[in-house]
Amino acid sequence: MAQFSDKKLEEVKNIIARYPDGKQKSALLPVLHLAQQEFGGWLSSEAMDYVASLLNIEPIEVYEVATFYSMYNLKPVGKYLFEVCQTGPCMISGSDNIVAYIYEKLGIKPGQTTADGMFTLKTVECLGACGYAPMMQLGKYYKEHLTKEKVDAIIEECRRNAVVNN
Amino acid sequence: MGVKLLLEKAHVENIRLYDVYRREGGYRSVEKALKTLSPDQVTEEVKKSGLRGRGGAGFPAGMKWSFLAKPEGVPRYLVCNADESEPGTFKDRYLMEFIPHLLIEGLIVSSYALGSSRTYIYIRGEYAWIVDILEQAIAEAKNNGWLGKNILGTGFDCEIYVQRGAGAYICGEETALLESLEGKRGNPRIKPPFPAVKGLYGCPTVVNNVETLAAVVPIINMGGEEYAKIGVGRSTGTKLISACGNINKPGVYEIDMTISVEEFIYSDEYCGGIRNGKRLKACIPGGSSVPILPANLLLKTAKGETRYMNYESLSDGGFATGSMMGSGGFIVLDEDQCVVKNTYTLARFYRHESCGQCSPCREGTGWMEKILLSIENGKGKMSDIDLLWDIQRKIEGNTICPLGDAAAWPVAAAIRHFRDEFEWHVLNPDKCLTENYGLRHYADPIHVPVA
Ligand SMILES: Cc1cc2nc3c(=O)[nH]c(=O)nc-3n(C[C@H](O)[C@H](O)[C@H](O)COP(=O)(O)O)c2cc1C
Ligand code: SF4
Ligand code: FES
Repeated sequence: MAQFSDKKLEEVKNIIARYPDGKQKSALLPVLHLAQQEFGGWLSSEAMDYVASLLNIEPIEVYEVATFYSMYNLKPVGKYLFEVCQTGPCMISGSDNIVAYIYEKLGIKPGQTTADGMFTLKTVECLGACGYAPMMQLGKYYKEHLTKEKVDAIIEECRRNAVVNN
Repeated sequence: MGVKLLLEKAHVENIRLYDVYRREGGYRSVEKALKTLSPDQVTEEVKKSGLRGRGGAGFPAGMKWSFLAKPEGVPRYLVCNADESEPGTFKDRYLMEFIPHLLIEGLIVSSYALGSSRTYIYIRGEYAWIVDILEQAIAEAKNNGWLGKNILGTGFDCEIYVQRGAGAYICGEETALLESLEGKRGNPRIKPPFPAVKGLYGCPTVVNNVETLAAVVPIINMGGEEYAKIGVGRSTGTKLISACGNINKPGVYEIDMTISVEEFIYSDEYCGGIRNGKRLKACIPGGSSVPILPANLLLKTAKGETRYMNYESLSDGGFATGSMMGSGGFIVLDEDQCVVKNTYTLARFYRHESCGQCSPCREGTGWMEKILLSIENGKGKMSDIDLLWDIQRKIEGNTICPLGDAAAWPVAAAIRHFRDEFEWHVLNPDKCLTENYGLRHYADPIHVPVA
């Protein structure tokens, strides 16, 4: 069962308090972020139904939103999600090479996950880091000015963190 | 060195912290506005300043504020647009990341002017770490009495909340943003009614860009008239430009709008010239939506006059030979770049970001993307180029929101100025896979750039 801890429920309450009375639906995007973070990096229909019940709205209202926004994952993803930007400014700065190099290193193409469930590669559109291209988003942060060496280091770091966190 | 009003203090050590920001003169504009000016007088100063919206459309901010409906007993809202998703644009991020209190200060003064006691910052979801920076700044401001109830004993109450989006360029469009803030899909609304009458929760609302609202701080500090003296003509004040692409020094620069495009690209104070000693081929001067210009029309207008980095000069010549200031996302392409491929990535972007409500935009963006990809891959026909032209023309002006136009313009401008590069792809289906068309006659006319 998808269920927030008491601490997370408190957080949900604080989010709802940002809006006028009766406008708790405004909390939907932030609460979906929270759910994705808490429930393994993606939103199952069970998780979405749970969010609907928390906000007192219909499940369909949650599905509509979850399917609209690109940051919500509707399928399981690897432990580490590499989101490489491929829009114009990043493209002219060599983002294709980064995608190709990740394939060379990990054997995954955009949309694929490594067999061990560690890494997922996704290509995304402009992330507002065009001056620091090529770049990718990894979790909460951006990794910018990417080179092959930097990609190597990022993969290493993820592997190390995975061991520590287990 | 030009005048700096926004980023002057951005690199003072620890300026992110309240104490440092305050010591450097921060929050003076709140004191001045709340203690000595009425809300209408604040709006009046913003009007006098000539400040134009920095989000892309360039609409005068003071005028927008004066349109806000004020029915008795109905709350009014100010919403700060920090969605910043137009390719090439990363200036708001810079401002929020390095000098967050400037935005908070501007928001307090603006909220006072508009009578908003619940003000939201809608920030793109990917800027997750900046949410923390902003929330920290808001908490500090509140602890020091600049937010909350009865601010400075004036009876004015105000709270600021940060709302994270979740990945959708369209939520930068103001009515889509409001839908999103209400917890819905980001489908733009049909206007009218305009947000000034029916915005967030059906109440009168002003939506302004981050940079616009930050600029309210120097305007109140120096007075609108003084602010209007900076810049030229209707391009008053300073503008943040985010420069990227094949230049030596990508980054965010604050310019006063009197410098030439040539100086901006080649001087060491700004972009520092083209990377690796290459030559300039083309530039998209105001974010991905605005027309791309070949070097020879970028540095000089069609009349042969110097082109400047301001609203009027960048659009000199209209769409035939000019472009736009847009959001200030300045994308530079060197001689090795392929205009067809670049246009393809932008078309793909707009297809991905179309909300799908209007058929011309939903169908047209996908169609343009497919045709561009086939031309790029050496599989195009000559008639495809005319077809592209036809599709973009049928999108422009026929949609609910301006995303349709934003998708059409880059394709139109690429064909208008670089048609021979498209034709070359069709005529050389094998060669175009391994070689680039190069510079040809778009040549940068300047042999010895002004260093
Ligand atoms: C598709 C689309 C995307 C937009 N994205 C942004 C954005 O990311 N940030 C922004 O400030 N304005 C954006 N705008 C413009 C807003 O609709 C609105 O005009 C602006 O926020 C008003 O603020 P300003 O007057 O201070 O510029 C966008 C418009 C469209 C049509
Ligand atoms: S123009 Fe495109 S993005 Fe705008 S409302 Fe229509 S379909 Fe949606
Ligand atoms: S194009 Fe990649 S961050 Fe903007």
